[in-house]
Amino acid sequence: MIIAQAAAGQATRIGEPNAVAMAFFFAFIAITIGITWWAARRTRTTEEFYAAGRTISAGQNGFALAGDYMSAASFLGIAGLVSTTGFDGLIYSTGWLVGWPVVLFLIAEPLRNLGKYTFADVVASRLRQAPVRIAAAIGTLATVTFYLIAQMVGAGGLIRLMFGLNYETAIMIVGAAMLAYVLFGGMIATTWVQIVKAVLLLGGAALLALLVLSKFGFNPTRLFAAAAEKYGAGVLAPGRLVAKPLDAVSLGMALMFGTAGLPHILMRFYTVPDAQTARKSVFYATGLIGFFYLMTFVLGFGAMVLVGPEAIRAVDAGGNMAAPLLAETLGGTPFLGFIAAVAFATILAVVAGLTLSGAAALSHDLWVNVARGGHATPGEQLRVARVATIVLAVVAVMLGITFKGQNVAYMVGLAFAIAASANFPALVLSIFWRRCTTTGVVSSMVLGTAATLTLIYLSPTIQVDILKHESAVFPLRNPALITIPLSFFIAIVVSLLTANTGEQAGYARVEREMHTGH
Amino acid sequence: MDSSEVAFQDVARRRWRIAIVLTLAMVAMYFGFILLVAFDKPLLGRLVSPGLSLGMLLGALVIVVSWIMTWIYVRWANTHYDRVLHDLRAGTRQ
Repeated sequence: MIIAQAAAGQATRIGEPNAVAMAFFFAFIAITIGITWWAARRTRTTEEFYAAGRTISAGQNGFALAGDYMSAASFLGIAGLVSTTGFDGLIYSTGWLVGWPVVLFLIAEPLRNLGKYTFADVVASRLRQAPVRIAAAIGTLATVTFYLIAQMVGAGGLIRLMFGLNYETAIMIVGAAMLAYVLFGGMIATTWVQIVKAVLLLGGAALLALLVLSKFGFNPTRLFAAAAEKYGAGVLAPGRLVAKPLDAVSLGMALMFGTAGLPHILMRFYTVPDAQTARKSVFYATGLIGFFYLMTFVLGFGAMVLVGPEAIRAVDAGGNMAAPLLAETLGGTPFLGFIAAVAFATILAVVAGLTLSGAAALSHDLWVNVARGGHATPGEQLRVARVATIVLAVVAVMLGITFKGQNVAYMVGLAFAIAASANFPALVLSIFWRRCTTTGVVSSMVLGTAATLTLIYLSPTIQVDILKHESAVFPLRNPALITIPLSFFIAIVVSLLTANTGEQAGYARVEREMHTGH
Repeated sequence: MDSSEVAFQDVARRRWRIAIVLTLAMVAMYFGFILLVAFDKPLLGRLVSPGLSLGMLLGALVIVVSWIMTWIYVRWANTHYDRVLHDLRAGTRQ
């Protein structure tokens, strides 16, 4: 029976226009545009545009954080990896979760108490504004750009596979819908888009997981046993994907510390009224995201057993269509349509969150605080933020089209590596360490970004897989193992060499404010 | 330094200590798991019950324990830390 289903996988309707997918997708667009229209009337000030007027509750922010975080890479990528490699895919499931407690323990509350709109507000709070903000904007824009490329390229490919639309049209649709949310509805609309998306994604994945488990007497271990019986006990153990031990450790470091440096995630902590709400919202988000990643165990092995790795690879070599194929096997074309629409909504929402955080770095950090020295009227700030949003949307669409056909997985890894090496050390040291100086933090952020980009360029992923060279200068596929310690080292050594009593004295004031919010 | 400043310094130091201990515990747990994945693949492939390998069990536990650790911190901060801050604020207003 299982073999018959695997063979039936070749008769999939993926790639043909799917009326149900279209209907769900347009319903999602209609609802989110409705939300945007409602939010637009509540978005008159900069605080409303960037931070939703700081009125988001802990539960809402928990869902919004989860929505911003669970990208298509999580849903389609992990299900695909598990269904084709087994256990190895689960390394991502755990890695993408363990960053959240770190965000909670070290970052969330000081960030909320010290900042206004961007993480640069915190780093710059007792240091010299202009250099810190320029460096932080470099780190932010580098992270956002690579994350955007991954999402846009993923969206284009996904829509082409699912709706039969051409790639460029798909990218334009994503760009236009996202621009509408951010431009008119700002953070209020973006937050609600994340909440709707998170509910859809969690609901869709849970339904899919329940349907899988119903075939195995609602006992996950019977599913795993079926996978082991069919494809060998090796699928339940680490294997090929982490053949090189140091690659596994380096990827683990990028995933664990990258989350605490992602600008679009950090920005969410400004949308809540106080540090206590920020704290609770991480607890909710961690629960939702953890629940989702536990479900990827079931979805991945479900697709392996019920669809089969060969049938999955036949549709998409990267395995990214495993979850939609599983939905088709279990619920026919209508369920495929629903899951396809959920995956598209997922990408759209993440792109909106990324664009808003990039726009904040351009307008709030670079324009208002560097170019205008902090003196810009509220009207001007809002205008500049909207212009920055349009610029980023155009850039995102162009990047999506330029990088067509690229492997998207390394782009996400790159985004996490930059976030972990450029943003995270500077943020943590400025919060924790009295003696850190402007020069120390700025060198760490700039050299951290540069070192990460350079090592990625020299890695086997670029040199061997893409440029087709014989070997790579730098052996690791993810540079975090080197670049995170390097960034900390640079920040500490340079700070000690440029000791500054004025900046140390400022720490007392900042310390009280970061703990109490006053 | 007045007494409210001393009390504040005290509770701030406690919060950092708890934050750092919990962070180190997270790092130890996760990198323990990753190092096993990297260096002891046969151990993680061992079955603890039919269909459930040690690796999958530990992977799921890492996720669940991470969430429990956020709960521990939030509970401590909501009850103890916020109360001290509240008392300090009430004290400075008098």
